[in-house]
Amino acid sequence: MKRSNAPIFWTLFGAGGMLSALIGPMLVLITGIAVPLGFLLPADLMSYPHMLKFAQHWAGKAFTFAVVSLFLWHGVHRIFHSLHDLGLKTATGAKLTCYGVALLGTALAAYSLLVIGF
Amino acid sequence: MSARRPYIRSMDGWWRRDPFFIRYMIREATALLVVAYAAVLLLGAIRLAQGESAYERWLAALRSPWSLAFHLVLFAGLVYHTWSWFQIVPKTMPSISVGGKKLQPAVITGTGLVAAAFVSLVLLLLLLFIGS
Repeated sequence: MKRSNAPIFWTLFGAGGMLSALIGPMLVLITGIAVPLGFLLPADLMSYPHMLKFAQHWAGKAFTFAVVSLFLWHGVHRIFHSLHDLGLKTATGAKLTCYGVALLGTALAAYSLLVIGF
Repeated sequence: MSARRPYIRSMDGWWRRDPFFIRYMIREATALLVVAYAAVLLLGAIRLAQGESAYERWLAALRSPWSLAFHLVLFAGLVYHTWSWFQIVPKTMPSISVGGKKLQPAVITGTGLVAAAFVSLVLLLLLLFIGS
């Protein structure tokens, strides 16, 4: 019997769901509201030199890669299954599109972080 | 052959029939916001790799009123995601027993929400410390 690939996608969905549930709201608050407004946190926290240093560090790289890729795998898995809930009958195209988006995003994140260097 | 046409109830808009299903669909819809936020961050990483001027443009875009309003929506959606995520965790994980008693779903949900609040606070304090 052919082994199902579902556990892989489900694990990525679960890991991304857990990570985004734990830090998602705070991350949005930090990167999208507090830092751009200079409210609570200094506006230069995400300046080019600071973020370059952050992304060049192995821990910063790992964090950025984990957040971007796992959030994507979580989201697309859920969207794919919701499309079925909304009555989409043929699923192959939707599956390829959804997981393809996550795969592309993961590859772009890895490539960018490598280009940024160490 | 008789032209028998059995009645099949339409499933269109099935999720609007019950408040439980509406909450379910809202919960599933948070995935769109999670993907959108990942895209914002991914774009930031790409711009960072492209150099200072590209990154500065991304940073300036984050300061626009549109972006701020969008991030408020993202924030509300992700708070709902956190809330609903820990509601379903007890339903998806194998049951745990402590001292011969099954761990109650409310305890698991509560622990998850406290953990999320704690981790978020640590993250914020860490950045306040770095920023000062």
